[in-house]
Amino acid sequence: MVSAQSQFSGILRGAAAAALAALACALPAQVAPGSPFPALSATGPNGGPLPETAGKVVLVDFWASWCAPCKASFPVYSKLNAAYADRGLVIVAVSVDESPSAYAAFVARLKPPFATLHDSRQALVREVQVPTMPTSYLVDRGGKVRFVHPGFHGEQTERELRREIEVLLGEKAPSP
Amino acid sequence: MNALRTRLLMIAALGGAAALFCGCSTPAAVRVRPWERAALADDTMNPDRDPLASMMIEHVYFSREAANGGKGVGGSGCGCN
Repeated sequence: MVSAQSQFSGILRGAAAAALAALACALPAQVAPGSPFPALSATGPNGGPLPETAGKVVLVDFWASWCAPCKASFPVYSKLNAAYADRGLVIVAVSVDESPSAYAAFVARLKPPFATLHDSRQALVREVQVPTMPTSYLVDRGGKVRFVHPGFHGEQTERELRREIEVLLGEKAPSP
Repeated sequence: MNALRTRLLMIAALGGAAALFCGCSTPAAVRVRPWERAALADDTMNPDRDPLASMMIEHVYFSREAANGGKGVGGSGCGCN
């Protein structure tokens, strides 16, 4: 005969096990302003040539060929690249397409003047945990995320990005 | 001895159930993440990709079932419109 107390104790232990299991299942946290941005090399060896980003202001955009706002965002990023690349802005557009041909066709069609990477294994995007597609991250010269833009909202996003890029370009790189 | 065995069984059962239910409740298991929506964004997933066929189906619903469908279809329920 098992006493009620020992049964209760068993339930408590079960609850503790449940809590541990829940923790084990938990996703990595979303990358948010203030946290360091993960290394772009997480896209893997087939991701493409990594641009030089040390000491630069970096705009990392996650896109996919099947995402209509992503397509609309590329001309805006081209304008931003033309306006700020000389002053130290690097734009990196990371594709989360699973199909290499879809990625290649999109890049061939739009011919972006900035760097594109292919996160075909979706390792980087899983690490970053983007909240929606597309999402762009403005990273300061010290490698810290300063602004996050979930979605692309045309002129409004462009206006915000320009203001934020100006702020970040005006900051000095932290001494090593 | 029996009590210990029962307790251990209970813990194992609860732990197992928690691990299983955890799989059902975490967002990773039940939600399609934003970067995993390539198939969902495909045009073939659009139920209204053929407007003419959709209109005909609505017409059938409206004419034959009366209480169902009929969005944007004019006329009466006699099936002759």
